[in-house]
Amino acid sequence: MTKQLFTGAEMVVKALTALDVKYVFGYPGGSVLDIYDAIFQQDDFEHILVRHEQAATHMADGYTRATGEVGVVLATSGPGATNCVTGIATAYMDSIPMVVLAGQVATTLIGDDAFQETDIIGCSRPIVKHSFNCRNLEDIPNVIAKAFYIAKSGRPGPVVVELPKDLLIPQNKGEFSINTNVEMRSYNPTAKGHPKQIKKAVKIISEAKKLVVYSGGGIVLSDASKLLTKLVETLKAPCTNTLMGLGGISGTHENFIGMLGMHGSLEANKSMANADVILALGARFDDRVTNNVKKFCPNATIIHVDIDPTSISKTINAHVPIVGLVDIVIKQLLDELKETNFEPNEEALSQWWDQINQWRAVKSISYVPEAEGAKIKPQHVVESMYRITNGEAYVCSDVGQHQMFAAQYYPFAKPRQWINSGGLGTMGFGLPAAMGVKLAFPESHVICITGDGSIQMNIQELSTCLQYNLPVVIVSLNNRSLGMVRQWQDMIYGGRHSSSYMESLPDFVKVAEAYGHVGIQINELSELDTKLEEAFSIKNKLVFLDILVDEKEHVYPMQIRHGAVDEMWIKKGEKA
Amino acid sequence: MRRILAILLENEPGSLSRIVGLFSQRAFNIESLTVAPTEDNTLSRITIATRGDDKILEQILKQVNKLIDVIKVTDLTDRKHVERELLLIKVLAMNDKSRTEVKRITDIFRGSIIDIGKQIYTIQLTGDADKINAFIETLNNETEIIESARSGCVGIARGEKALRV
Ligand SMILES: Cc1ncc(C[n+]2csc(CCOP(=O)(O)OP(=O)(O)O)c2C)c(N)n1
Ligand SMILES: [Mg+2]
Repeated sequence: MTKQLFTGAEMVVKALTALDVKYVFGYPGGSVLDIYDAIFQQDDFEHILVRHEQAATHMADGYTRATGEVGVVLATSGPGATNCVTGIATAYMDSIPMVVLAGQVATTLIGDDAFQETDIIGCSRPIVKHSFNCRNLEDIPNVIAKAFYIAKSGRPGPVVVELPKDLLIPQNKGEFSINTNVEMRSYNPTAKGHPKQIKKAVKIISEAKKLVVYSGGGIVLSDASKLLTKLVETLKAPCTNTLMGLGGISGTHENFIGMLGMHGSLEANKSMANADVILALGARFDDRVTNNVKKFCPNATIIHVDIDPTSISKTINAHVPIVGLVDIVIKQLLDELKETNFEPNEEALSQWWDQINQWRAVKSISYVPEAEGAKIKPQHVVESMYRITNGEAYVCSDVGQHQMFAAQYYPFAKPRQWINSGGLGTMGFGLPAAMGVKLAFPESHVICITGDGSIQMNIQELSTCLQYNLPVVIVSLNNRSLGMVRQWQDMIYGGRHSSSYMESLPDFVKVAEAYGHVGIQINELSELDTKLEEAFSIKNKLVFLDILVDEKEHVYPMQIRHGAVDEMWIKKGEKA
Repeated sequence: MRRILAILLENEPGSLSRIVGLFSQRAFNIESLTVAPTEDNTLSRITIATRGDDKILEQILKQVNKLIDVIKVTDLTDRKHVERELLLIKVLAMNDKSRTEVKRITDIFRGSIIDIGKQIYTIQLTGDADKINAFIETLNNETEIIESARSGCVGIARGEKALRV
């Protein structure tokens, strides 16, 4: 009996099917037309045609952040592949599993500066977890299986697979075999924390008088939020989340003291600064958290749990490093606490909480309500949005002031509800990410919170939304400026607004309508709630809310540059 | 402080560029780097001489280890190890006096003259970096150096310790 033979393009499709892929986000071009032809002839997964490859990466990314499944991108060689670079970097910085299949010119042409040849492996090398150049047709399935395995295991991240054209064409065929149980001698990520370190950590935690649990995106990525909540409740300790970790514990949990860092709450940053023990779980002491590392929590004993050893003691020295998957390590910690009959030190706790509640009483996350007839405050919009969606929406953000207002004023009950580009801060991320989420959860409210600057960085995707019926709600906090840039210019550059506002903003209502959607402008406070309610009641159409907000509003509180973690501006000209 | 790292990694296309890229991307220093397949040609072994304090070295080791291709990495510096570098050097040997002197220096350093031209000697020397430096300096005081090529160091731990799969 002769074995059935397949083209490389067919193998790509068969491999993706074997890996249970439901969606591929992409854009065709010469080098990948054979793959597109093979996709056309199957119906195991759907291909989503975006309008720009960058959007394909963000859409895959949003899909992944909401579902936990590996996002798949397909792009042609040259410009198609380079258009993916920003999206790959975005995924890399936030540890999002993604597989990017990039076409390449035929192996016989590689190196000749052939039409649409770029070395995408080289271009993406510093921003991928790993990459593969396929050079043999029959390697394709296992390379793709490996790419998936690497992308999602350990500390997740994007993987690029380069597929030269001559491996895909109908003239070349080979046998298909795939092993989805990948084992690699050079890659075996640790899962469990070292038992000795767990014991050490629990001893320190048990003796702590002012403990803070500081948790990050790792909790979301490893679906450890229930365990985190249990740990926090067991310890009766305050818990702060990073921008990436919001929803790791419910935003309305009584032990939650808010986000920390540059625009975090006073109580979160103060608690960090005054803690005697910091238990860091799946967070990486990013510079937007620590502020000046030299002044960072000098009196705290730091226990740092992370899957990536390079994150430990990179910026802040850890006294007890624990390498492992954060869900597994939390389980180990809980077991050890039980084993050692842990009892919270009620006296110390009550003193600690008294102190924290004093910081809370400052109400650092607050704003001055609108005066009669004044422009809508952006924070107010987020509050209304929270109320109208019962706090249950997926909120996908772009980058700028609106992002911080969303993080501050929409307490997320669950992980994966808050989707933003925290590490890279990629403007243009919001809309395609929201589309990816909507694809996965068509019945849920999916919001893209954005600004007049960011939305224009991938606005062409409104077209994709129509094609695939993705009725997200775009909430654009239109302040007629690159607000976050302008805020820095106000605070640091003597109010010189160099290129931070745009003349000639388009009429966003008409833009939305031109793409076949509903556009609604909100200008008056009195109509804010009614129009928001209207927008969220429209289920089958995308609504673009162009909300004209007070352009003078700044994001507060804000860490004072070069200061300690808790040195903050509470409002204009007022220090904590 | 100078450090010698030995890295065992998959002999795959791109694996060397990932190492080199990592060092430049994170502003780690590379004093020298050597690479070749091992007796098992699915594996490569790299020796890197680098500089940095303990904190930087810890990051280098962790970052190298994090690369998917890397099987093992070790810092040879603090344990007993052997370190060797190969030098090929061409010097002017114009007259009897300088020829004798070059020969004498080469013998003292246990090098060997491996090629002789009309006015040029080519010498081969192995040793650790200090020895090679001293040799070059001594030659430089005696005659004119035309050209030199250094391999960069390779290193291996003494005794039982081995870097293998
Ligand atoms: C691709 C990209 N370019 C530039 C920046 C720098 N940047 C950060 S916030 C911001 C302004 C964003 O303006 P807008 O989307 O209107 O949001 P706002 O701050 O006004 O709410 C800019 C330019 C960025 N983060 N990403
Ligand atoms: Mg704006």
